Amino acid sequence: MSLELHDVSYRYAGAAEPSLRRVTLRLERGEVLGVVGPNGAGKSTLGLVAVGLAPATIGGRLGGRVSIDGMVTSGKHQHELAVRAGILFQQPEAQLSGSAPTVWEEVAFGPRNLGLPLDDVIARAWTAIDDLAIGHLVERDPGRLSGGQAQLVALASVLALRPAYLILDEPTSQLDPEGATLVGAAIQRAAERTGAGVLLVEHRTDLIERLCHRAALLVEGALRIVGPATEVLAESDLDEAGVGPPSAVRLRRAIEGAGIAWRAEWRA
Amino acid sequence: MSEPVLEVRGLTFTYSDGTRALSGVDLAVGPGERLAIIGQNGSGKSTLVRHFNGLLRATDGQVDVAGQPVGRRHVAELARTVGISFQNPDRQIFAGSVRAEVGFGPRNLGLRGKELDTAVRSALEMVGLADELETNPYDLGYSRRKLLSIASVLAMGTAVVVLDEPTTGQDARGVATIEAIVARLHAEGRTVIAISHDLRFVAEAFERVVVMRQGRVILDGPPDQVFAEESWPALRSTNLEPPYAARFGARLGLGSTATEASVVAALAGRRDRG
Repeated sequence: MSLELHDVSYRYAGAAEPSLRRVTLRLERGEVLGVVGPNGAGKSTLGLVAVGLAPATIGGRLGGRVSIDGMVTSGKHQHELAVRAGILFQQPEAQLSGSAPTVWEEVAFGPRNLGLPLDDVIARAWTAIDDLAIGHLVERDPGRLSGGQAQLVALASVLALRPAYLILDEPTSQLDPEGATLVGAAIQRAAERTGAGVLLVEHRTDLIERLCHRAALLVEGALRIVGPATEVLAESDLDEAGVGPPSAVRLRRAIEGAGIAWRAEWRA
Repeated sequence: MSEPVLEVRGLTFTYSDGTRALSGVDLAVGPGERLAIIGQNGSGKSTLVRHFNGLLRATDGQVDVAGQPVGRRHVAELARTVGISFQNPDRQIFAGSVRAEVGFGPRNLGLRGKELDTAVRSALEMVGLADELETNPYDLGYSRRKLLSIASVLAMGTAVVVLDEPTTGQDARGVATIEAIVARLHAEGRTVIAISHDLRFVAEAFERVVVMRQGRVILDGPPDQVFAEESWPALRSTNLEPPYAARFGARLGLGSTATEASVVAALAGRRDRG
């Protein structure tokens, strides 16, 4: 069972250049796969294509094939795709329904639209709310939250759908360290407990190093490297592409750069 | 320290809904200092800096800017001394072109013609957006809108520059750009105050770190002191994890090493001693 991109190219409507070039990538159930790359590399586009929003909702031209557990996404309706793959956008304001008067209803909105029994809707909403520790926000107006709070609410609304695949576009960008820790734990739970495949687009390579089994480097719309996260994050290609390596890799390079031999026992 | 450019004494602030955001903050910041403020969301960081340009007025205590109490000064006058770039660029950006956006502040300070043009161009060069003069700000991606909002503040030429979460959404090049801006402002003798959750950035680019928890300052000192092992319980009491270099140094018994450079120096010293 996997979400697969096979030789996928994608060009936005009206764009002169493609944003993705011949990308082949497989996301397994239960796996956390990190995607890194400089701003403008096509990371967010990769997420939109993986869940089928591009081209189904925003147009543009797709080449190659995207399939979710064997079902080719092309030509499918959005509701058929939404239960299989959920996406958290980079900007939480783009995510929130705009129609829910409270945070609780915002989180329950997705599961309710799946036509689940009410008890299940309630259980799913509360599980997601508790996982992200936003119980104190349930009565609040989703339109009047801080950036960090809105990001947690938007993530809860995606988690409540319990999709088989989760695409998360910089889910911790507006969070403080405590919030980032909660999100990290929620990602691991989704992968381990519910067996979801998670595609994590993230600038913070420390987070990728901690959470991801594999990592991929995307540059100018093309996949440059895919492999075990620790190996990919130590590649010098990352720096050349404008991606900051994790703190441990940076420090080791600074030490070796000063002519001091690295010792194996220094590894954490 | 020479005469502080900012001085806060016993500052307490309570929002109109009764939330107490600051409880007796004391802080003096000198000209040219590079100060980072860290702490969880809701610890009072943004509330504190909003007192520096008069956006918020103290419930109790005193705030002096350039030796004068802010209470007696107009916001427009304070804006000549303190510039603040907010966390969300979209709450700051309003003009139809990059040039107009960055020119708004200096124009209000009375700059015209060549002077105005120079202020705009030099600020855009610092953030790497010099080629985007006529671009609509909303045609820029989020990370570049953030840099644009920083340029708008730089163009004011204020003695104090406050950056709220400047590295959010930036890739490695963006972070390096911001580190270079901090260094340049310092070299020009201007004061830089940044609020950040990125503790590596904080340790590497700033000479002083203030840690806030529940409206109070709980630690205040150079990175090597604030991130030293003795301070970890206080940091962890507010869910902050010391930067990797500090944890690495402690594990190897190198003493306090908040930055990569201090780890390297300690290892080199140990090697030279045999």
